[in-house]
Amino acid sequence: MSFEILTYSFMHRALISGIAIAILCSVVGLFLVLRRYSLFGDAIAHSSFGGIALGLLAGVYPLWTAYGVSIVSALIITKIKDRYNISGDASIAVLLSSGIAAGLVIISFSGGFTIDIFSFLFGSILLVSVNDTILILALTGAILIVILLLYRQLLYSTFNEEQAKVSGIPVEKINYLIIFMAGITVVTSIQLVGVLLISALFVIPNVTAIMYGRGFKQTAIISMSFSVFSVVVGILISYIFDITPAGTIVLLSIGLLAITMGIKSAGLLSKN
Amino acid sequence: MLNAVEITNLTVKYPDVKALDDVSFVVKEGDFLGIIGPNGAGKSTLFDSMLGLNTKYTGTIKFFGQDIKKSKKYHDEIGYVPQKPVFEKNFPATVSDVVRMGLKNESDENKIDEILQQLWIHELRKRRIGELSGGQLQRVFIAKALVNNPKILILDEPVTGIDQQSIELFYSILRELNSKQKITIIWSSHDLDAVNQLANHVACLNRTLFFHGESEKFFSDDALVKQYSEASMQEHMHHH
Repeated sequence: MSFEILTYSFMHRALISGIAIAILCSVVGLFLVLRRYSLFGDAIAHSSFGGIALGLLAGVYPLWTAYGVSIVSALIITKIKDRYNISGDASIAVLLSSGIAAGLVIISFSGGFTIDIFSFLFGSILLVSVNDTILILALTGAILIVILLLYRQLLYSTFNEEQAKVSGIPVEKINYLIIFMAGITVVTSIQLVGVLLISALFVIPNVTAIMYGRGFKQTAIISMSFSVFSVVVGILISYIFDITPAGTIVLLSIGLLAITMGIKSAGLLSKN
Repeated sequence: MLNAVEITNLTVKYPDVKALDDVSFVVKEGDFLGIIGPNGAGKSTLFDSMLGLNTKYTGTIKFFGQDIKKSKKYHDEIGYVPQKPVFEKNFPATVSDVVRMGLKNESDENKIDEILQQLWIHELRKRRIGELSGGQLQRVFIAKALVNNPKILILDEPVTGIDQQSIELFYSILRELNSKQKITIIWSSHDLDAVNQLANHVACLNRTLFFHGESEKFFSDDALVKQYSEASMQEHMHHH
């Protein structure tokens, strides 16, 4: 049975999309975690809930409206945060609750469409279409290219904004770019783990990888490897045992984190 | 000699106080300028303005004749070493990663090894920056500032957390950069003796500029040194 599942085309699509999303989330997530923006992914995901509800109500493909609503609201909240000097965690709370609130109001207007909403809340990776897969691959490729091209600027402004500014890096533009990329990444990833578990993909593999005490590129590679492992094994296990892929993927990555913490406590990693 | 830096009538006003009041001075190419002054004298405000971090000032700041508000080219000419490098303790960056951040032309990879060797930190290149001592960190940030071959090095000297041996090494590095590599140095320090030994020019700041000239002149004028020492001593007492 275990080999047979690798012959299904829906499984090919799920694995290909899953691997792309795993890589994308861990790379974009590394910048967010290091900027103390760990929950930003969560906030964008919640705001996308409003966008999804809007799409379902208007009869538009919900992910399109989700892209629009999440990116716009993430950029607006960043602008408000800078302008009115609101702390990062408070601005995340505002973004998070406003998305859900808007979504709930829209849903109650329409008299409810609970089944569709359910797949967005918890993901539906085994149901991704060919078109979805192509879109996921294209967006992953585009974002990775942008990150490679602007690698130094992204890393430097994450490391220390002030010094990056002194070196002539347009720090504010880079910050908006990261928010924009996070918005696209989150909505793209909703199909894998759903709105509620997105931040796990952003945060857990990176927190785990940072513990290995390596340089930036190696940390990114370790994070991607853990993320891809959790997603691939998670999808296969969930199909075999007929359990939810999203929950399984996240629990596996938490398992890797726990193992890493164990190795570190045993003194087998560098002390940093 | 070219004017490396030219500051004219620089004034910075905060709502209730003038942080800098009509400060003007010139730094010639190849100069080693020590900036001294008590805490709150406006040294940080002066540096922030020169580095483009504070743009709310009147007057002009020019690097090599170019007004920094009109041309962004000056970013390539200056290297900056902050007083206290702020970063996440567990930031996943090695010493090489940090120095590479300063490198504008990424094909100059060799330059990183070269500068690390020059500053005696080559053996640390694979270490995470969070593991380093204060003195080692300072040298890493000097390396990052130098890797782009700047013409001017601006340093805000750290006051705490550096051992005596590292301080001596730091001073000998500054001396060599200025005398052998002809880098113009602007250095804010609390250590009058060190300024006396290293700098050939001194700027004494206390919101206004009350002395700027050759360091010999400053240090041979007992009244000036006494005035400065008293001002900073009062400040010192005030803070404790």
